[in-house]
Amino acid sequence: MKQITVPVLAAIAKALSGATVRWVDCEPDTCQRIYFANHTSHLDALVLWSSLPRNIRSLTRPVAAVDYWQGGPVRRYMASVFDLLMIDRKKIKVHNSPIDMMIREIGNTNSLIVFPEGGRNTTGEIGEFKSGLFHLAKKRPDLELMPVYIDNLNRVMPKGEFLPVPLLSCISIGAPIFLESGENKKEFLKKARESVMNLKETE
Amino acid sequence: MVKSLVKGLIKQSLLVHLQPKSNVLNHLTSLANWPEILAIVAPQQAKLLDKWTIVLVLIVLVSLTILLFIGQMLKRQPESHVDPAIIRNFNKRVISWLTICALLVVALLLHKTVTVVLFGFVSFWALREFITMTPTRRGDHRTLFWVLFGFTPLQYVLVGFDLYSIFSIMIPVYASLFIPARIAFTGDHKRFLERTAKIQFGLLICVYALSHAPALLNLDLVTLNPSSGQLEQWTGSTAGLLFFFIVMVQISDMLHFVWDRLFGKHVIAATVNATKTWEGLVGSACCTSVAAMLIQSVLPVTPFTWYGAGFMALLISVMASSGSMTMSAIKRDRRVKDHGTLVLGHAGVLDRIDSLCFAAPIFFHVTRFFLHAENRFGKSVVETVAQLLGSV
Repeated sequence: MKQITVPVLAAIAKALSGATVRWVDCEPDTCQRIYFANHTSHLDALVLWSSLPRNIRSLTRPVAAVDYWQGGPVRRYMASVFDLLMIDRKKIKVHNSPIDMMIREIGNTNSLIVFPEGGRNTTGEIGEFKSGLFHLAKKRPDLELMPVYIDNLNRVMPKGEFLPVPLLSCISIGAPIFLESGENKKEFLKKARESVMNLKETE
Repeated sequence: MVKSLVKGLIKQSLLVHLQPKSNVLNHLTSLANWPEILAIVAPQQAKLLDKWTIVLVLIVLVSLTILLFIGQMLKRQPESHVDPAIIRNFNKRVISWLTICALLVVALLLHKTVTVVLFGFVSFWALREFITMTPTRRGDHRTLFWVLFGFTPLQYVLVGFDLYSIFSIMIPVYASLFIPARIAFTGDHKRFLERTAKIQFGLLICVYALSHAPALLNLDLVTLNPSSGQLEQWTGSTAGLLFFFIVMVQISDMLHFVWDRLFGKHVIAATVNATKTWEGLVGSACCTSVAAMLIQSVLPVTPFTWYGAGFMALLISVMASSGSMTMSAIKRDRRVKDHGTLVLGHAGVLDRIDSLCFAAPIFFHVTRFFLHAENRFGKSVVETVAQLLGSV
């Protein structure tokens, strides 16, 4: 069942978003990566995930909020199809931090898709990044942190809408960034946010 | 369709056996005359494609293929001989023309409905590109949904069912009033007129204008009998008319390009498009007109007289040039104003059909005005002109 649903959903996502994928100063690779992107639409994770090459797609898991994806049978089914890594936004505790869980889940093979803004923004601006990305980079310095800028998807399906308007969107994936030695949390998050914003400008 | 064709061929071969008197040679010649076989097995197809249309289609496809080969050969030449940018442009155009023609021929061979649906998809894609190119606000979302999934398919359904009285006003009247009202209901009044106008324009150009091309297939036309000087029912195929129109637009585009490169001196508006010149506009219009007269004299695919075909081609060419100038202006405006919001490489279809969009409604309406079976005034104009020309 999953073998049919996954390609079908990926094809629908591609058709709806008409996404072109640009790899700016980097190449697709199966090494362990964290794709971090701006979050503007429900479709973000799905479209970004389906725009990856198939062999990478199978290794990559989007990180998602459990409170949204447990709501209703369709969402639950989708979550299982995409092998979502569920994070409970409301019950973040010291002994069970989502960062530890992510690191445990990806092991030495999987990659992740994260949206460090925490939620979808409605203005089109990129919000401040939450600190999770910094902690991930600190605990696993070997991971490649790939900035991703998703353009136009907020117009395809804005927050609060349920009918898509199939405009053409563009996904730009940029060169990886790393946590430099001596870099503090604020500096690193600013750098990460700028790396995403820079992709908006490059043409 | 294939099945019925095979059945027809079997029927034909059976006839050979059933009629021992007729010799095989006779049947071979009748086989060569396959539009007539089509008329037996599938009357609709026969009406869509007549002999002359098939000849024209073949000539166009063969010459495009030859152009394709020339382009590929030129690509291998050392760069000092030819400008690689021009070759790339040339090759891109030839490939897109070949694709358009091939798709159209396949669609026409299958069924009229397939052709209408094909144009519908092209419209949908072009409108998608157009809206992507223009900024809209959150409040426009539901309007855009209705425009893309409501009005666009509906327009082509109306064309498919030949409901001229509705399809010719559906978008200018109903859609253009619906759009501002629906946006007003969302309560977002910022840049209201601008947003409304953009969506209306996109719908008008990409959907309404282009839908007049497949609508040509529905026309019931008269033609001038050269010997009697009277108008009579035209028995040719409207698919030929559609194909003639598309070929004329392409020839006009190509000649415009050639004239600009070879003789272009006076640029029309450098701020809009730096390559389009007055020489190109006039030269391509005249040459297209001559080409149309030649085609019509050799292969009578349209109901026009030879001078009528020349006049229509002149009109097509001027409209085609206007279309590409307009689209250049829109793109220039977007790039200058909102650099960075434009999704790159995403106006491929729109780029190819801008000239078609502008020429289609004019070609449709002028043809309909003068040669439609029910339009008395237009017909009397044609007869008067024919008499005047005849007396000279």
